[in-house]
Amino acid sequence: MDAHALHPATSTGIPNRKLAIWTFIGSECLFFASLISVYLVYKGKSLVGPYPSEIFEIPLVTVGTALLLFSSLFVVLALNGCEQGNRKKFLGWLAMTILCGLFFIGMQVYEFTHFFHEGLTMQKNLFGASFFTLTGFHGTHVTIGVIWLLSIFIEGVRGHVPPAKALNFEIAALYWHFVDVVWIVIFPVVYLMNS
Amino acid sequence: MDSSAQAHEHNFPERAGEYVRIGLILFVLTALEVGSYEIAHRPGVPLHDFMHTGLIPVLIVLSAIKFALVALFYMHLKWDGPLLKGIFSFSLFLATFVIVALLALFIYEGKFSAMIGSLMGATGT
Repeated sequence: MDAHALHPATSTGIPNRKLAIWTFIGSECLFFASLISVYLVYKGKSLVGPYPSEIFEIPLVTVGTALLLFSSLFVVLALNGCEQGNRKKFLGWLAMTILCGLFFIGMQVYEFTHFFHEGLTMQKNLFGASFFTLTGFHGTHVTIGVIWLLSIFIEGVRGHVPPAKALNFEIAALYWHFVDVVWIVIFPVVYLMNS
Repeated sequence: MDSSAQAHEHNFPERAGEYVRIGLILFVLTALEVGSYEIAHRPGVPLHDFMHTGLIPVLIVLSAIKFALVALFYMHLKWDGPLLKGIFSFSLFLATFVIVALLALFIYEGKFSAMIGSLMGATGT
């Protein structure tokens, strides 16, 4: 017996909401593929600076990347706790996930502010336009994920997320993992392949 | 723990140990990515010549492994049915196709134009 057995039967054997989030994730793959393509097409075509190699701070972004990766581990541990009815494990790991997400957003806000002071804006050059669009949309997804997880945390504190409703959390966790896998692609493509 | 929690306690597999192991592998792979970048950008260090030319393939392989690990283990695709695997695989195929097609279109645009121009010139049209 798994989580699906706790929900009404469907013709696919998969809860409709889970099928919906996977379909949504599929459409998001195409959305980010388009943005990554635009970044790659415009790569090295800026006529004026600042250029990527002049302003990227790899150590800072590496810390943000590690935090996002760990947040994926934490959220899956939280889901494991939720499914087992272990409220302490569920809320503890979920709180850690939210904290990691907040640190990542803070890192990105700092980075964007720093770039702005260095003279890089969306209007400055092709790098600025494609970089801010790609990473800005990803940051927006992270922010939505943090708000979603925070709402589940509040519901969990109130005792409204029992194991029977673990699917509600599993859907949010799938979204969070997707945000992580997108960054797994963005980090090397944008930051490490910049020379 | 409430009664419903106790009732379902043993219905979900305990995979915490596996998740932690995957997390450590992801951490090591990220360290390898950044290490490769540093080696490629520091002349004189061992493997610099190799990384300077082979950085992009190395990064693509490492990030593909990380992507697969998160999708299979953390997103539970390893244990999910063929429908969800199919939806995600098909989306990834389309996404990869979009990236490759756009890059080919823009990178080789000039070459295609020149080739078509020379062909038209050769046929006198």
